[in-house]
Amino acid sequence: MGNIVLEKVNKCFGDVEVIPSVDLDIKDGEFVVFVGPSGCGKSTLLRLIAGLEDLTDGKIVIDGVDVSDSTPAKRELAMVFQSYALYPHMTVRKNIAFPLKMAGMPQDEIDKKVMAAAESLNLTDYLERTPGLLSGGQRQRVAIGRAIVRSPSAFLFDEPLSNLDAALRVNMRIEITDLHKELKTTMIYVTHDQVEAMTMADRIVVLQAGNVEQFGSPLDLYNKPVNRFVAGFIGSPKMNFVKGKDADEFNAHEIGFRPEHMKVSTTKGRWKGVVSVAEHLGADTFLHVKTKEVGTIVTRSDGEINVNYGDTVYVSPNTDKIYRFGADGLAL
Amino acid sequence: MARKVTLQRKLGFTALAWFLGCIMFFPIFWMILTSFKTEIDAIASPPLVFFQATWENYQLVLNQSDYLKYFGNSVVIAGGSTILALLVAIPSAWSMAFSPTRHTKDVLMWMLSTKMMPPVGVLVPIYLMLKYMGLLDTRTGLVIIMMLINLPIIIWMLYTYFKEIPSEILEASRMDGAVLWKEIVYVLLPMALPGIASTLLLNLILAWNEAFWTLNLTAANAAPLTAFIASYSSPEGLFWSKLSAASTMAIAPIMVLGWFSQKQLVTGLTFGAVK
Ligand SMILES: Nc1ncnc2c1ncn2[C@@H]1O[C@H](COP(=O)(O)OP(=O)(O)OP(=O)(O)O)[C@@H](O)[C@H]1O
Ligand SMILES: [Mg+2]
Repeated sequence: MGNIVLEKVNKCFGDVEVIPSVDLDIKDGEFVVFVGPSGCGKSTLLRLIAGLEDLTDGKIVIDGVDVSDSTPAKRELAMVFQSYALYPHMTVRKNIAFPLKMAGMPQDEIDKKVMAAAESLNLTDYLERTPGLLSGGQRQRVAIGRAIVRSPSAFLFDEPLSNLDAALRVNMRIEITDLHKELKTTMIYVTHDQVEAMTMADRIVVLQAGNVEQFGSPLDLYNKPVNRFVAGFIGSPKMNFVKGKDADEFNAHEIGFRPEHMKVSTTKGRWKGVVSVAEHLGADTFLHVKTKEVGTIVTRSDGEINVNYGDTVYVSPNTDKIYRFGADGLAL
Repeated sequence: MARKVTLQRKLGFTALAWFLGCIMFFPIFWMILTSFKTEIDAIASPPLVFFQATWENYQLVLNQSDYLKYFGNSVVIAGGSTILALLVAIPSAWSMAFSPTRHTKDVLMWMLSTKMMPPVGVLVPIYLMLKYMGLLDTRTGLVIIMMLINLPIIIWMLYTYFKEIPSEILEASRMDGAVLWKEIVYVLLPMALPGIASTLLLNLILAWNEAFWTLNLTAANAAPLTAFIASYSSPEGLFWSKLSAASTMAIAPIMVLGWFSQKQLVTGLTFGAVK
């Protein structure tokens, strides 16, 4: 079981309030991702759940038990750190066995579980090595192995893949997703990578300055962002925003439209502009179009489009896919 | 051209290091030399470098006084106080390094400041306290005093070593279900072992050589090797070569220990500076 409820969670470091008040209800078996800009309190929130930081106020309830004042050990959660945090003086085998040893499990049972974990993570050949002799990806696997051996009620990940190269990151992302499907254990995952958030999450928590801006499924956040911040944060490249008479036309203070919802034409369209950057990625082409009326607009079209730096083009938003915001930034 | 400069520099630094090393070693060398002279040769002027070596002083010193008793006291006092201090210092350095508060720096400074005070300033109160507790001239009393004297340095050294350990690794052990003592025994201590070893060695040496407290708080029973040496500068006059022999015998054990552990000492003391 791994149902985690946060009630009015508040955290201050000295006089600095990092988390004003957070309420969350994470269901058993859910894969929840925390995203948000750097310094918004993602790690702090995760560490509060882990018990590595003390709450200033509020309550954390795991499976119906108030654990607000419990030690990390009592909460039975497992954590994977960005730096892997492996024990450098122990072999891979001992690293993975450590939580079981702490739980006082008999040695033969420990051996069995360590072997099973090592097999499922392709680590059997490295069991007698120390972490210093492993590659980044292997270390990450050991960290995951150490987390899964004792079947915790939930897994906490703090940017576990950010030290890996791009190709490995994709592999590990898939491995973690598979692991979640197989174990069906609650996972809370902190990342600043859009793609990780969108592809892995059942639900995403968007944080800003310690506040939960929105908590919903990836497509919910993409299609129905509750405010301008979420609209701008989810989606890559970022949503374009326009104020003034163009917004008035839609009865809004400000309107937003995603790069993928833009038409690009060389002959006619809503706004005329000059291409200042053309990014040809193969499958997609991103154009940064400098217009007189509404500043720089980013568009995304398919790879075949034959437009280059300095060309004059017309861009127009798909009016069905416009996001409208009020003066307070909330979606209308 | 560049290479030539670095070579010259290297030679320069090597020569300087040897020069300083020789200056520092000279008194010890001279002491050992003197310990093999007769009393007459020892006070000869100009000093003799070549002379008829003799074991006489060593035989005399060993016959006259109970070297082994002093040696035993030194071992108990230096070893006991260092181990006791480590037992106290490890948890306190742990808490200061990994859960610092606003006042941690102040506490550290305050502890260091106690070392700035001349010991003689507290001699009378400490003497009286030990007297009332019946601990004067006992090994127990000396172990406690030496432990307290060296505690600030031990905590400071351990604190700097612990600071080098990423706190995430300790947090990982907490997540893995380790309670405090298991976290310290299974994770912190093995990782800090080089630092702890050099702290231990350095403090053994400091405690072994400490003379002020050991001379003032002991008489016949708990006197360590420092008192053994001091007994050779007596009212009847100085006996240079016997004094030298006694000193050589007093420092020999700790020199041997230092010689064998010098690699450990150096890695420990430069821990963090490298890498
Ligand atoms: N121990 C601490 N003492 C004081 N302030 C802290 C402490 N830990 C974090 N903070 C502050 O709390 C805020 C949130 O930090 P946190 O590490 O949770 O951000 P984050 O969202 O994880 O950022 P990133 O994406 O860069 O990892 C930051 O402003 C940080 O400076
Ligand atoms: Mg973080």
